[in-house]
Amino acid sequence: MANLNLVQAINLALIQEMEKNDSIVLLGEDIGVNGGVFRVTENLQKRFGGARVFDTPLAESGIIGLSIGMAMGGLHPVPEIQFEGFLGPAYDQIVSHAARMRTRTRGAYTVPMTIRVPVGGGIHAPELHSDSPEAIYAHTPGLKVVMPSSPYDAKGLLVSCLREEDPVIFFEPKRIYRAIREEVPEDEYTLPLGKARVVCEGTDLTIVSWGASVVQCMQAIEQSDRSIELIDLRTIYPFDVDAVAASVAKTGRCVVVHEAPLTCGFGAEIAARIMERCFLQLEAPVQRVAGFDATMPYYKLELDYLPDAKRVSRAIHDCLAY
Amino acid sequence: MPITTAFETKIEHISILDQHGNFDEKLGKGLIPDADLVKLYEAMVGCRHLDEVAFRMQRSGRLGTYPQNMGQEATSLGAAYVLRQDDWLVTCYRENCGLFWRGVPKEAILLHWMGDERGNAMPRPHFATPIAVPLGTQMLHAAGLTLAARYRGQDKIACTFFGDGASSEGDFHEACNFASNLEIPVVFVCQNNFWAISTPSKINSAAPTFAQRGIAYGMPCLQVDGNDLFATVYATKLASEYARKNSKPYFIEMVTYRLADHTTADDAKRYRDQAEVDMWKARDPITRIKNYMIARKMWSEAQDVALLERVAQDNADAVARAEGIAAPHRNDFFNSMYSDVPADLARQRDTMHTHSLGQDPSQLPQEAQERAAEMDSQTEAAHGH
Repeated sequence: MANLNLVQAINLALIQEMEKNDSIVLLGEDIGVNGGVFRVTENLQKRFGGARVFDTPLAESGIIGLSIGMAMGGLHPVPEIQFEGFLGPAYDQIVSHAARMRTRTRGAYTVPMTIRVPVGGGIHAPELHSDSPEAIYAHTPGLKVVMPSSPYDAKGLLVSCLREEDPVIFFEPKRIYRAIREEVPEDEYTLPLGKARVVCEGTDLTIVSWGASVVQCMQAIEQSDRSIELIDLRTIYPFDVDAVAASVAKTGRCVVVHEAPLTCGFGAEIAARIMERCFLQLEAPVQRVAGFDATMPYYKLELDYLPDAKRVSRAIHDCLAY
Repeated sequence: MPITTAFETKIEHISILDQHGNFDEKLGKGLIPDADLVKLYEAMVGCRHLDEVAFRMQRSGRLGTYPQNMGQEATSLGAAYVLRQDDWLVTCYRENCGLFWRGVPKEAILLHWMGDERGNAMPRPHFATPIAVPLGTQMLHAAGLTLAARYRGQDKIACTFFGDGASSEGDFHEACNFASNLEIPVVFVCQNNFWAISTPSKINSAAPTFAQRGIAYGMPCLQVDGNDLFATVYATKLASEYARKNSKPYFIEMVTYRLADHTTADDAKRYRDQAEVDMWKARDPITRIKNYMIARKMWSEAQDVALLERVAQDNADAVARAEGIAAPHRNDFFNSMYSDVPADLARQRDTMHTHSLGQDPSQLPQEAQERAAEMDSQTEAAHGH
């Protein structure tokens, strides 16, 4: 057991799985000697050698396209895209090839691959370094989309991703890369993809969130005198609709919280599913606390854009008062 | 300071058997044994004939949009002939001749264009990748496949095909850059067939050759007559030996011509002159080999007639196999999305004909549940399942 932050937990998961499975190969920009711009792959090249941890030319489509070939050839590549804003150039390879290869070949070719991507705002980063595009990829059949909210979850979920037979985008919320430390077992454990976690139980209202927003939700819950259940999705797709429906059937009220823009954010899907599954139990419309339908501002205004405990508290209040 | 030359290069062009029957003994002698040449010729004739069959099938509604290979048979065939059977062949969608030589069944290609994904499964055991539709993306996969093989200590290279139009795509340049910088042995083959649908090659490159695109990435580059099977074999031999020995990529431009429309949905008369097409018909790769073989008494018109009968039968058999495969189950498209079908997707599959999406069937009144079950069995019966 060690007290680790999210960066260290991911680093540990990579080391332990790479020691077990020589199919795992890491590639990306600045991940070798430099250990990645966030130091997630620190010392891995020294430990595993240049054939297993290597720097690529600066071309995201190239990184993903190369990884697809590697995966079709029997490896489990772990490409790092340095920031979520740079997923754009790789979109075609991810959506047109990685996501479709299994089904378009009816299983003859598969693309087991874990794409690691730092995601989200709140760290005073430059332009295009603070977005939250998870819904875009959750909308793409054939992909799995994961976003942990704690070091413990990050390790357990990443180990599962590294054993997956399908392409996964593993989003790492950079706002909490170093903000939280917790006990993370050295011993092997996995957390299943597609299963949400009940962070705290409650009976009055359900909050559904994921990634760094879970921390803002916890703050709001601590300030509230009502009994609130918090569900951390952990995996955006496959979406654990049963866990959400079970909770909302119990509480009758739900607030969804995410950093991504409101319209077509994954909260919209959650609200629709709750309407379908819990229509008769609902006491109030589902409330959403999300980024606005505006371009993520530069960092002077990023805290005005991102959901915070205050906005979550207001939504809790409104939903309970309905 | 005097101005010096930082870099200088030239692009060589290779032609061994030209359209008039002139043969370069120095380059061509012993390159392809006579017995092999006959087989290669038969493969080209078979491929050309399948084009005609597929065209007729499309016109009569038995096959969807289809891109003909006519005129370009010698490019991929030359490469497939030279490559080892377990080298990766990573193609686009106009390389049937090479794929068939490799052993990919003809019904695989037919099934793909008949709108059936099961065709894409068949290239797998032949170290060939399925048809790639998004333009210019598959060259990166060739690099990745070869990198994986090298990582496992296998002596394997890849040969990847793309057109003059695809060489404008960003992924083409990234693939060249990755393969070169990371020392991955990939033979890049640009099939310059002069037309990307209606876009002439000069809009895709203002440079005198496509071959020179490789220079920017430090690759040896070569331009060959792509309608000359001897030249495509010669070039692939040179390139694959270089790639294998040095673990580095090589770039070949094969100059050829798309004699047919882009696909059965295209009408090339809208954008190119018949005179140009006629000029290229005179350079046909198949006629050239036939004349060469007849001149050397390796082949006769009588044998040609017999061959046509054989390939017609062979292709009819392939069509029968493609059309004889039972239709996929109506929910087949759900089942290969993931290694395990996620629960929510399974729900969508299992209620696709009975419930609105997302609805929990257990919440329906008893009467509605019974009606749904009845509807489902009727649909099953109508589909013959």
